[in-house]
Amino acid sequence: MLEKFKKGLSKTRDVFKNQFDILFGGSEIDDLFFDELEEILVSADVGMETTTKIIQSLDKRLQAKKIRERAAAREVLKELMVELLEKDQKTSLAAAQTPPTVFLILGVNGVGKTTAIAKMAYRFSQEGKKVLLAAGDTFRAAAIDQLEEWSGSVGAGVIKHHEGGDPSAVIFDAVNAAVARGVDILICDTAGRLHTKANLLEEIKKISRVIQKSLGTEPHETLLVLDATTGQNGISQAKLFQEVVPISGLILTKLDGTARGGIVLAIKDITGIPLKLIGVGEKKEDIQIFDAREFVEALLA
Amino acid sequence: MLFSGLSEKLQETFRKLRGKGKLSEKDVDSALREVRLALLEADVNYKVVKNFTASLKERSLGAEVLKSLTPGQQVVKIVHEELVKLMGESQSKISSVDNPPRIVMMVGLQGSGKTTTAAKLAVLLKKNGHRPLLAAGDIYRPAAIKQLEILGSEAEVPVFSIGKEDPVKIAALALKEAGKEGNDYVIFDTAGRLHIDEELMDELGKLKKETNPLEILLVVDAMTGQDAVNVAQSFHERLGLTGVILTKLDGDTRGGAALSVRAVTNCPIKFIGTGEKFNAFEPFYPDRMASRILGMGDVLTLIEKAQTVVDEKKRQDLEKKLRSQTLTLEDFLEQLQQVKKMGPLEDLLGMIPGLNKVGNQFKNLSLDDKQFLQTEAIIKSMTRDERLRPEIINSSRRRRISLGSGTSVQDVNRLLKQFEQMKKILKQINAMDKGKLKNRGMFPF
Repeated sequence: MLEKFKKGLSKTRDVFKNQFDILFGGSEIDDLFFDELEEILVSADVGMETTTKIIQSLDKRLQAKKIRERAAAREVLKELMVELLEKDQKTSLAAAQTPPTVFLILGVNGVGKTTAIAKMAYRFSQEGKKVLLAAGDTFRAAAIDQLEEWSGSVGAGVIKHHEGGDPSAVIFDAVNAAVARGVDILICDTAGRLHTKANLLEEIKKISRVIQKSLGTEPHETLLVLDATTGQNGISQAKLFQEVVPISGLILTKLDGTARGGIVLAIKDITGIPLKLIGVGEKKEDIQIFDAREFVEALLA
Repeated sequence: MLFSGLSEKLQETFRKLRGKGKLSEKDVDSALREVRLALLEADVNYKVVKNFTASLKERSLGAEVLKSLTPGQQVVKIVHEELVKLMGESQSKISSVDNPPRIVMMVGLQGSGKTTTAAKLAVLLKKNGHRPLLAAGDIYRPAAIKQLEILGSEAEVPVFSIGKEDPVKIAALALKEAGKEGNDYVIFDTAGRLHIDEELMDELGKLKKETNPLEILLVVDAMTGQDAVNVAQSFHERLGLTGVILTKLDGDTRGGAALSVRAVTNCPIKFIGTGEKFNAFEPFYPDRMASRILGMGDVLTLIEKAQTVVDEKKRQDLEKKLRSQTLTLEDFLEQLQQVKKMGPLEDLLGMIPGLNKVGNQFKNLSLDDKQFLQTEAIIKSMTRDERLRPEIINSSRRRRISLGSGTSVQDVNRLLKQFEQMKKILKQINAMDKGKLKNRGMFPF
């Protein structure tokens, strides 16, 4: 599993690796070192605010530990990034005491919600769990078909209505079906929506209310899907979705490209929302539970 | 709003320097740091920013800034101009077909919005009197073909699909079909792919070789971060792009990806997608994008508009009145009418040199666009005498004015109060900036 994860991150790592090797290969820690580190972090979409914070605390720690060589600074940086990603949160997925466990999946258009859901479903059914999917994207043309096509190959049932239907109604039926069928895990797909569209955000509130009513509890995880290529707008996405419903974690997709997904550091730093799952490829098994140490290790390896 | 961005920060930076007779290189550097930050926050690529600020520095150290009494604004203006230059100064269109039918290939990463954009482009072409054919070439993503078929039927544009065949074969057959049906453009939707996926990139290369497309358009999500350059560069090297379409610009992204993509590929950005509906698809305006990246909204457009709209002599008259504090409602109305041609009043007020310090007080005046008409109506319902000497407006006059303008007495009261407040603020400014207002020119009031 570690191998798979590393392989998924290999592109990310390769890009970072060269830069980090050069960075930490130098001799003394000087202003230039911090400038270069800034460049690397900003180029990875970490954003100026969080980059500045990381650099400042790195500087402080290096001074406190009287570290003068670049090579030794690497470990300190690693620790720092792990701490940031792990702060106050456990990253594993929640599970209901009495099934079904319900996951609500949100995100802007095109981040890969449906694919991520299929991968999650496959993962859970491989673990021997009974999985049901709710086709809550009633808006995008053929989204329901997309989920249905996946469901067969990942071994999960689908609850669907017709295109253009009320997503809350689909979710309501799905929760009831999940309870009735004794399903372990229900994953609810939703239509992609920009975080700036008030009426579409209202719809999410409604969906969340429907789950709460029919299930008697809030969704066990409300996960925001984020594309690894996303830039600083990711912060705005996290903030605005968070204002509508409490977001319990992120799913970072498309980490198999050259994008480095550094935005998750910024999001964790600024909103506190932890990363929980990462998508690392096109196949149904290409999803991993996020592990901060592995993530940072892989980045700085 | 993200507007606070660059413009305000630069004002602040330069305000600190006001006491100095001349700006030094160091002063410009600190301003450029703000520029750099704004660009990075907008996701402009780090290297692009680096080059950009370097060349900017040269110009900012030139006479036009140093001699200016409003260096902050000058720098913003220069940044804006340079950004526009970088993004291509004019807008470009889809090439016309000399020998129909021809293929327009849509390429890009997964989830960038190719399929939706293909349909939007077809709708636009159709509106312009063409006969586009959509062709479904995304043979990988589940239900992608069906998605295009549905979109096509909604848009009333024919869709060619033969299922999951070799894309080259689909393209060839689509062209044949188009020839038969008299379609001029074949908009070919391809599967989303990673730019580092050798196999799938080869597929596109082959498709290009076999079908000799008229256009190869890269569809880029406007929310893309620093990686946009890698993506664009790879696609461009492999395929020789003819243009770029930026999608999902209806969110709050600043869209710095546009700049990055343009900077590395030199390909024009042809269209932007601004919503889920078919008609949410517009030509790309480099200047608007520049404002957006800088977080400035239309402020710069306003400067330009103000320059063209405002009559120089009237401005001088007004300035005299302002400084002698004899502003009347008559002048106020005239200004409102001029301003109306330009856009939101609040923005304009904020831009007036010397008024920045009290800018927040102006916000309390709540002179938004909706109130323009009402304010105009109220003032127009006054006699000339009342406009010149508002203090004579007693309660019976107020009633008459409110009836005449179709508003309430409270509305009239509010306006009069606002006007008084404004005069007070102007008094403060005059006290603060005695005599300096004269040279700041360029703005009404």
